Amino acid sequence: MAPNELHRLYKRPPISDQQKRRELSLRRQEQSRRDAQLQARRLASTLFSLSSSQTLEETSEPDIDLVSEPQPDFQPENESVSSPSDLDLDVRQASKLRGSEARKWFARQLMLPEWMIDVPDRLSHDWLATRSYITTDSRQRNCQCHHFPRLCPACLTASGSCQSYSILDCIFHEMDQTYYVIDMICWRGYSLYDCTAEFRFFWLNSKLAETGACDPPSQYHRYRFSLVPIYTCDQSGLHSAYAGAVPYVKDGLLFYNKHAHYQPGNTPLALVWKDENCSQYVIDTDSKGQVPSQQQVVLELLHDGKLITSDDPPVVFGFLELEFTQKSGLHPGNLLRFSIGNGGLHTVDGKLEKADLHYFGKSNRARAFADSYSKIMFQYSVRHSPLRIDDLVASISSSDDEGNGPSDVEMAV
Amino acid sequence: MEVTQVLLNAQSIDGSVRKHAEDSLKQFQEQDLPLFLISLSQELSNDEKPVESRKLAGLILKNALDAKEQHRKLELVQRWLSLDSAVKNQIKTCLLQTLSSPAPDARSTASQVIAKIAGIELPHKQWPELIGSLLSTIHQLPPHVKQATLETLGYLCEEVSPDVIDQDQVNKVLTAVVQGMNASVGNNDVRLAATRALYNALGFAQVNFSNDMERDYIMRVVCEATLSPEVKIRQAAFECLVSISSSYYEKLVPYIQDIFNITAKAVREDEEAVALQAIEFWSSICDEEIDILEEYGADLVGDSSIPCFYFIKQALPALVPMLLETLLKQEEDQDQDEGAWNIAMAGGTCLGLVARTVGDDIVPLVMPFIEENITKPDWRQREAATYAFGSILEGPSADKLTPIVNVALSFMLTALTNDPSNHVKDTTAWTLGRIFEFLHGSTMDAPIITPANCQQIITVLLQSMKDVPNVAEKACGALYFLAQGYEDVSPSSPLTPFSQEIVQSLLTVTHREDAGESRLRTAAYETLNEIVRCSTDETASMVLQLVPVIMMELHNTLEGQKLSLDEREKQGELQGLLCGCLQVIIQKLGSSETTKYLFLQYADQIMGLFLRVFACRSATVHEEAMLAIGALAYATGSDFAKYMPEFYKYLEMGLQNFEEYQVCAVTVGVVGDICRALEDKILPYCDGIMSQLLKDLSSNQLHRSVKPAIFSCFGDIALAIGESFEKYLMYAMPMLQSAAELSAQTSGADDEMIEYTNTLRNGILEAYSGIFQGFKNSPKTQLLVPYAPHILKFLDSIYLERDMDDLVMKTAIGVLGDLADTLGSNAGSLILDSVSSREFLNECLSSDDHLIKESAEWAKQQKLSSSSLVWVLGLHVLSRCHFQTTEAVVVELSLTLAFIANIFTNNCIGTMELGSDFVEEE
Repeated sequence: MAPNELHRLYKRPPISDQQKRRELSLRRQEQSRRDAQLQARRLASTLFSLSSSQTLEETSEPDIDLVSEPQPDFQPENESVSSPSDLDLDVRQASKLRGSEARKWFARQLMLPEWMIDVPDRLSHDWLATRSYITTDSRQRNCQCHHFPRLCPACLTASGSCQSYSILDCIFHEMDQTYYVIDMICWRGYSLYDCTAEFRFFWLNSKLAETGACDPPSQYHRYRFSLVPIYTCDQSGLHSAYAGAVPYVKDGLLFYNKHAHYQPGNTPLALVWKDENCSQYVIDTDSKGQVPSQQQVVLELLHDGKLITSDDPPVVFGFLELEFTQKSGLHPGNLLRFSIGNGGLHTVDGKLEKADLHYFGKSNRARAFADSYSKIMFQYSVRHSPLRIDDLVASISSSDDEGNGPSDVEMAV
Repeated sequence: MEVTQVLLNAQSIDGSVRKHAEDSLKQFQEQDLPLFLISLSQELSNDEKPVESRKLAGLILKNALDAKEQHRKLELVQRWLSLDSAVKNQIKTCLLQTLSSPAPDARSTASQVIAKIAGIELPHKQWPELIGSLLSTIHQLPPHVKQATLETLGYLCEEVSPDVIDQDQVNKVLTAVVQGMNASVGNNDVRLAATRALYNALGFAQVNFSNDMERDYIMRVVCEATLSPEVKIRQAAFECLVSISSSYYEKLVPYIQDIFNITAKAVREDEEAVALQAIEFWSSICDEEIDILEEYGADLVGDSSIPCFYFIKQALPALVPMLLETLLKQEEDQDQDEGAWNIAMAGGTCLGLVARTVGDDIVPLVMPFIEENITKPDWRQREAATYAFGSILEGPSADKLTPIVNVALSFMLTALTNDPSNHVKDTTAWTLGRIFEFLHGSTMDAPIITPANCQQIITVLLQSMKDVPNVAEKACGALYFLAQGYEDVSPSSPLTPFSQEIVQSLLTVTHREDAGESRLRTAAYETLNEIVRCSTDETASMVLQLVPVIMMELHNTLEGQKLSLDEREKQGELQGLLCGCLQVIIQKLGSSETTKYLFLQYADQIMGLFLRVFACRSATVHEEAMLAIGALAYATGSDFAKYMPEFYKYLEMGLQNFEEYQVCAVTVGVVGDICRALEDKILPYCDGIMSQLLKDLSSNQLHRSVKPAIFSCFGDIALAIGESFEKYLMYAMPMLQSAAELSAQTSGADDEMIEYTNTLRNGILEAYSGIFQGFKNSPKTQLLVPYAPHILKFLDSIYLERDMDDLVMKTAIGVLGDLADTLGSNAGSLILDSVSSREFLNECLSSDDHLIKESAEWAKQQKLSSSSLVWVLGLHVLSRCHFQTTEAVVVELSLTLAFIANIFTNNCIGTMELGSDFVEEE
């Protein structure tokens, strides 16, 4: 029966500084625990490592721009951080890179489709088609590291221990100043690398709109983002992708294997295909925009004279005599342009046997990579016996016929 | 043994006599507890014995039944219950008999002991006749016995929880108590005892307060008692009103006008003790309405929540003038007296609460008072005006206050410099602090601090820090909030040009000879901490320079030899402030790579100092030093390993500190820091740490709030040492399992219990996450498979309860993902068994949430392959929660689902059997 001896706080803040210290410590510990867990979950970190073995030229294609908002101004390139060649960077560190370092780093994170030389099996079951691959002649493929306005309620310090990053694979379309998003690699600090294409696209579709990134540009984002529609690769899906109207210049179709994880570099699990109906640039043009009379290819010279493609492992297309290279002042690592003569390309059982190459000169300095095997073969087939839309359609109908069995329902797994 | 004499000796001023008597009592108790207790009760009941021995006998009895520490209390309860019932009856008879004793002290002591026994026995359905026997003859009793009986009922209501007494008995108790309060009762002692008893019995009156007639009667009697000629009765009656205001807020509508009249009269005319309670009534109403309005604001669709009756808003025109009058009744030098509490302080505090309740409406009612008094020659008027202004700064909108503050600010700065009254300066500095606290910061549209006045503000505050301690302390406080308002400006803070001077002034304050008064030194260090927290890159070098300075201060505290008890306490306090400051500095410098690198040159020396601080004490660990070490481990990373051999014993000591559970909790957190810093290098210490943590968990002495953190710590350890956690699995897993089972049962728990349960669940889940992640990619993954069913069951039970919070949901989803990721194919069928159900999917399809519906449709399109099913189920889980789902939860979920989907991809588990009817459903 204690009498009510209540003294309220008089001229005192309700929380002491000591309590504040305890709470801040606790929050730091919670944040560190969370970071440690995220790291353990291999999220947004280890896969994004910068290996020192590869060296890229200053300007590379694809061109990479780093949009890091809300700090839209970049430091000049010559102030960029010292060469991080021996470091493994995770994406947060990488986002601090500026200029060319950033471009190099992000360039290597992109998945590069191979060219479709043959129709894959089970096209309608295992593949998705995105409507028309847009590009200008100098393709502007961008890996966007973008800070969406943060929703994290527990942001602790000004140093921003919980900043979250999203990395989008997109193409910049100059005409409407829009980034067309073709894939999502990292969402708010969580890697989607290990997720299937199907899942990534679903996530991309549901999430991007929510952020407001698709809204007209505002002070939070300079450019509009837009989604590229994605279709199941059945008859109607393929038709929509092939013939549907789009607000941008079409350049072929992209096919994704539903089950494929995002994989940096060339991959046969994403394929590009085009014909005259869906692309202005079916056959490669030269620097003046003219279609050369003979197919041209770019190959890399090795120290032993071998000429290779950019594939991993590379495909050997030919050989230059040492004497010739010395006379022409060529060095290992040079990218060289050749034309394919009347002898053409000879393949046996899908393997290249012989190529009739004629040396043309060094390639444009802006080039970062040699051509890939699939690109050369695709260009070759376009000139000789192209893979037609009818072939794709036929492949779908035939597999639809055989696709009535019970095993085909596991599409999304 | 001559009990009386021993009891008297035990109160002797001669220490050796006292010691001897205490020893004999202890010996007696150990040899024959029943006889010991009987002897004491007989001593208490015997009117022939001296009152001193009787009182002590009663006190020892009481202490044999109850203790502060929870575990000791439980022991005593068990001990009493296991006594022979004849013994207990004998004791009870003596106690009841004592209620009739002519000695007031004996009666009072007996009533407390009876209540303690009732507190033990009534919940066990023992002593059912107690209340009946107390009440049976109450009307025929002589006044002194009646008074003792009512007092006993009061104590009993304090000891016993309302649900163990049936309504019939409650009615009888309340009737007796309220009748005892009635004005017709001539005896003041009886009335007072009855009024105090009612205070405790109010918690039992839920049913009676719902009945209009009964409530009217109780309220009438209470209100009449506030008019009693006896001051103690009036005070007790107002205490009842205060209690009613919070317990029965929603029942007050018919009475509030009368209560206002009664309280207004008491505040203006009655003695201070009564007036304070009358003001407290309105403060308490404010508390209630602030809570209710906060709930309204949070948009909770609480169905059972109490509506706001806006009593304060309605009473405002009369209430505010009444409170303003009290502000003029200050005591001289009240600011120098730590424990002071008077009508002016209570009135101003209430005014502040009123402002928070009604917001803008209060401003026009207070402004005339401020304008009229602030320039008066009498210091009381100036101080009251300033205090009124300071009190209303929290609540009203910035739009309303900013123009007024802009005018007042320079007046305040002048007053702080020139006013002759310390009291006025104290309140002025406090008011400036409130201005900065509530109206200054990056979220304000119109800044009150501008480049034009910033310099002057800082100059005045720094000058004021040289004033008398209570004024200087308030100036430090104002500077604290000034800095806090610039918390998120970067890279350049308006404080930068002054920071050197500010830091220097604060350090000077800490060295003032009178810094021990008015907690001035503490305030100075706290402000220094805030300056450090809010520093920017520009001032990083200044923070860095502070490191050796504070280190030197800490070093100096370690030099003193042979300290007295008092000096030792002061030394500990100062070390606490310095370690706290270093902790803040380490955390700040450690958060950026550049400054961390520069700071680490001091790491060895700082650690050395912390170890010496620990060594100053014999049995306990300094909490602040421990916290600082956590920050240091975070900053140093794996280099911290070199400190472990010396530090380990203190770590263990901290983990053993059951009594000061804060210390234990902080140490558990530091173990986590060290795990993350050392990773597998912590392995050599893990046996010791784990066994201590397991001991902590099994202890019923340790405060329960530490236990969730211990589970989280298991996760930290497992993550650090990976598969080496194997040897602890057999101990940790059963602990986790039983805690998980415990936390699954939440039915009937109150909010506080649910909150604790969620903290506990979170800890358990973090442990599971850490363990799974630690074992990932290890050949020993198989060891975890046997635990998976239970963990999944636990997750299911969490999902099915609707009371989990956001954090638990996130952690739970994470655990599911970790389980899937680590166990891979082993988990596939388990997961499907656990969360799959077509009922869920159907519910999803009928959901209103477009995202969920869309996903369900999507799943349908995909012909319900298992991964899409899991995906939909996950979204369903989200939809079942009543709160807004945050982005982070959704992301966590997506990952988990990706992990799970991976399992199914790799193992081609294939389609779920869901029946064709589902697919047709819309």
